[in-house]
Amino acid sequence: MKIKHLMATCGMLGLLAGAASAQTLVYCSEGSPEGFDPSLYTSGTTFDASSHPIYNRLVEFKTGTTEVVPGLAESWDVSEDGKTVTFNLRKGVKFHSNDQFTPGRDFNADDVIFSFERQGEESNPYFDYAGSYEYFNAMSMPDLIESVEKVDDYTVKFNLTRPEAPFLANLAMDFASIQSKEYADAMQEAGTPEMLNQAPIGTGPFTFVAYQKDAVIRYAKNADYWKEGLPKVDNLVFAITPDASVRYQKLNAGECHVMPYPNPADVDAMKADENINVLEQEGLNVGYLAYNTTMAPFDNPKVRKALNMAIDKQAIIDVVFQGSGQIAKNPIPPTMWSYNDAVEDDAYDPEAAKAMLEEAGVSDLSMKIWAMPVQRPYNPNARRMAELMQEDFSKIGVDVEIVSYEWGEYLERSKEMDRDGAVLLGWTGDNGDPDNFLAVLLGCDAVGGSNRAQWCHEPFDEVVQKAKVISDQAERTKLYEEAQVIFKEQAPWATIAHSVVFMPVRPEVENYVVHPLGGHIFTEVGLAE
Amino acid sequence: MLRYFLARLATFVPTFLGVTLISFAFIRVLPGDPIIVMAGERGLSEERYQALRDQYGFNDPLLVQFWNYLTGVMQGDLGQSFVTKKPVWDEFFALFPATLELSICAIIIAILLGLPAGVIAAVYRGKLFDRALMSTALVGYSMPIFWWALLLIIVFSGNLGWTPVSGRIDLLYYFDNVTGFMLIDSALSGQDGAFWSAIRHLILPSIVLATIPLAVIARQTRSAMLEVLSEDYIRTARAKGLPPARVNGLHALRNAMIPVITVIGLSVGTLLAGAILTETIFSWPGIGKWMVDSIFRRDYPVVQGGLLLIAVLVMLVNLTVDLLYGLINPKIRKR
Repeated sequence: MKIKHLMATCGMLGLLAGAASAQTLVYCSEGSPEGFDPSLYTSGTTFDASSHPIYNRLVEFKTGTTEVVPGLAESWDVSEDGKTVTFNLRKGVKFHSNDQFTPGRDFNADDVIFSFERQGEESNPYFDYAGSYEYFNAMSMPDLIESVEKVDDYTVKFNLTRPEAPFLANLAMDFASIQSKEYADAMQEAGTPEMLNQAPIGTGPFTFVAYQKDAVIRYAKNADYWKEGLPKVDNLVFAITPDASVRYQKLNAGECHVMPYPNPADVDAMKADENINVLEQEGLNVGYLAYNTTMAPFDNPKVRKALNMAIDKQAIIDVVFQGSGQIAKNPIPPTMWSYNDAVEDDAYDPEAAKAMLEEAGVSDLSMKIWAMPVQRPYNPNARRMAELMQEDFSKIGVDVEIVSYEWGEYLERSKEMDRDGAVLLGWTGDNGDPDNFLAVLLGCDAVGGSNRAQWCHEPFDEVVQKAKVISDQAERTKLYEEAQVIFKEQAPWATIAHSVVFMPVRPEVENYVVHPLGGHIFTEVGLAE
Repeated sequence: MLRYFLARLATFVPTFLGVTLISFAFIRVLPGDPIIVMAGERGLSEERYQALRDQYGFNDPLLVQFWNYLTGVMQGDLGQSFVTKKPVWDEFFALFPATLELSICAIIIAILLGLPAGVIAAVYRGKLFDRALMSTALVGYSMPIFWWALLLIIVFSGNLGWTPVSGRIDLLYYFDNVTGFMLIDSALSGQDGAFWSAIRHLILPSIVLATIPLAVIARQTRSAMLEVLSEDYIRTARAKGLPPARVNGLHALRNAMIPVITVIGLSVGTLLAGAILTETIFSWPGIGKWMVDSIFRRDYPVVQGGLLLIAVLVMLVNLTVDLLYGLINPKIRKR
């Protein structure tokens, strides 16, 4: 099917949407969503199909940035002690309708309260209607939110247990999507609460039309969308295509307009093809090697530093990332605010590294490197990466054994305090806040959990904790910059790479922006005639 | 014949129980805790972990879990997917028609091409056609499906533009699923060109899926025919002056069919295995891809329920094949 042919003959869908010349944007997505209630899931594939097209949040990330902008809340105030956030809600926002439901009122405070209560309060009938709210829990929302209060129909107050600067950014995340309380009540009454997850109703730019598992998802333009002039296309179709080579062929044949996750090996050919534009941006992620800083000799920063200097990162970028990555010197990616570009990376210098090890009194060192069994954007081939490091380390007389486990086991075992070896792992940012990297991955609270280096360094932790409770961004930036300097001196990780995200699109696609938080968003995307 | 049928049917029960146990055990023997796999790098607290284990019943003793599963199966309840929260039964039957449609087309191609090819090769044994055919069959049999499928896509869809790259039908056609079989539904929809579009989408995946069974059937037919053609009664038939077409087509082929039917029956298993790769490449929404995804996610109910249903299907096919033997060769049913 050629797109021209599609556009010429797509009267049927167009008539449904009530447009004279309907435009249909086809996105070759990489997999099926797990469901359509974004609060229940944690995967980007599910968010692409649910939270971005169908729902809105109180605040949103401006597409293409990690900046927090008004969404369903027009404005907000943070109290002086930082423990109360009051949102003024937008008026006249309409929910979608479907066969079973037509909204009887506009969006208001009840919907906001319902959307959060159901995730935190066991007494809410939707608390466990289709599984649990893992992301809400993972972001520590149950400890943080004391209560959500309705001041009036268009004012909502969040009372927090402590001041927390990243809270606003958290509310822009997918799990904080706003559901219709009216719809939920109607479905509860009808005895079909699972419809919330299967036939979603939101306020977003597109309404859900139909889903055929593993084949296609169809959306139509929300004609009542509160952002004037958006969305730009009349129909949005996700053609689910799991294999990257096949996605490429489909893009090439004009069967879709946009495809995510190309094979790195295909990118050069795509760039040379005049029928394809390749957009690119650094991903909001980091791949690292975490030493176990509680075990000798890795409790000595000098030893860690020496090992870091022995790693030829450029070779890793070339071989493992095939160019779709860039060297990481800080634990946070360069697209994130407060990234400290003044920090200098440990230069690759095996001779100096060897001398440094000797100076630290370490000889005949043998160690393990753990290689993940799965592919991730921050590490497309951990085994290969480990092999390259093994070679690098052998040059300074360090003997490396590579180990691996099944993914679930890998994640669990790598948390153990007395773990033997350095672990290859990584992280993709949730909310664009530096706290989401520095505290989550390197804070003292996270030791034995997501802090795989088991690294609790008080001067660092103090700075990061301090930055968490201040709401002034300039001040926070200074503190995080300082934290990155301390990190580099102490070297609990070897920072390896940030991935580069490539997004091949057809030339007729207008205004597509690669989103640093990883979502694929089509609200503002248009098609040239 | 009835006794023969009942005897065959009786073997069904122990096999069914065995399959239930194996499908239950299989996914649990694999390393990897579904809850931890679901949580990923983000992880979850010990309390949450235990709460979820309770919720899914993992804290019960294995025997209790198996008993619950078995009683569920007996009542036609295969449980709910951990991921989508939909009943396994519903998911299976929403996806199965796609696999069935593809498999039927593939097996038809394999039989229509494989049988005559095998017969001709046997009749012209040692000639050029025979040699060419048998080497092609060998290549077909050893072809890596993934590579073969991509090659066809690149040539016929990418370069020549003759067939669509993937999917079941053009995205511009949109109608209700009545039967789940795209060929039937598209014809019923009455939309111009829908049926033709469905056929075009079936061509490449059917060819890819048919490749191995086609090779196997052609080789099997050839060797069965060769054996039969050297029998005395064939010589007698020829001697009494019957036309060669009648000798080869009727007397020889009918007797050669028994091993061939066995092979066709066994190909059903091969087809399902092939469907996993074929469906992934062609974005074909069938059960092959569904099962693989579920294994990676450690979605226990889907893996055990899906395996059980597939096993029952294969058993049914084998039963049918057994009955067909009886019809073709009366000697067997009297045994």
